[in-house]
Amino acid sequence: MRKFFIGFAFVSLLIAGVLSYFASGDPDGLDKTVEDTGIAEHAQEHPFSGSTFADYALGGDDKFTGLAGVLGVVVVLALSFGLFWVLRKKSDAQ
Amino acid sequence: MHMSDGLLNAPVSIVFLVVAAVGVGFALVKARADLDDRTAPMAGLVATFIFAVQMINFPILPGASGHLLGGALAAILVGPWVGALCVTIVLVVQALLFADGGLTALGANVTNMALIGTATGFVVAIALRKFAEKGKGGLAAVAFISAFVNTVVAATGFIVEYAIGGAGGVEIGKVALLMWGLHALIGIGEGLITAVTVTSVASIRPDLVYLLKGNTKPLEVRS
Repeated sequence: MRKFFIGFAFVSLLIAGVLSYFASGDPDGLDKTVEDTGIAEHAQEHPFSGSTFADYALGGDDKFTGLAGVLGVVVVLALSFGLFWVLRKKSDAQ
Repeated sequence: MHMSDGLLNAPVSIVFLVVAAVGVGFALVKARADLDDRTAPMAGLVATFIFAVQMINFPILPGASGHLLGGALAAILVGPWVGALCVTIVLVVQALLFADGGLTALGANVTNMALIGTATGFVVAIALRKFAEKGKGGLAAVAFISAFVNTVVAATGFIVEYAIGGAGGVEIGKVALLMWGLHALIGIGEGLITAVTVTSVASIRPDLVYLLKGNTKPLEVRS
């Protein structure tokens, strides 16, 4: 059981830390839609667009996308594991 | 499919912040029944995996890409309530830490990807469950179809929101055609990723696949 969980976490780390460098930089379906229709002109700058890890980079430098990915994996894992562990039914049938 | 702030007007953004809050609150209550010492760590890993895979934009046409939304994937592996929470956590971290997806738009983004996407994926997967139980091919097909539908219906969420109160007054038919066309293609990618992931988990740990547990009634926990 532990082996499976460690493996699953490792795959996520690998995807976010390494495979992320190969991701397409083109706009996604929604961005493409709003760009082609001109809706995008109304888009506002993100309030945190100047923050350290904005756009999965480090200070705007794409070389660190993998690092941002690893950080994201750690943060999402900690938050979600914490939340789900607190929410779970305690097993008293041990 | 993360929209920026400003694409929807303020009242509509607020309405969907409320919709998202109510939906996520409901999911928080209902998720408890599906979480135990075994499924809680699994749910954390599913959220983490969705975050990682959402970083990988795959090309669909010259000049356009798509990424996994993850609703059907989460629903099939950990159930609809926990699944909706998994996608919500991903969207919140993306908006706050990576400036990906606006803050006033967070309600609409959670509504589309976490609530509509996960609910749609779950409903389709449950409707087709008997095929999923027939073996790996059946499970892969069910995962593919529910993920494809989840993508297109989640995209429809944006179309509806834009129709209610979008900025710029672009003709809704034009928005719908582009959204549906592009997300039909993205849905194929979503379907493939979901099918590969779900069948991989099922071949190692079938007991961790919610859809295969007959676990729609939350109290039927087998251990």
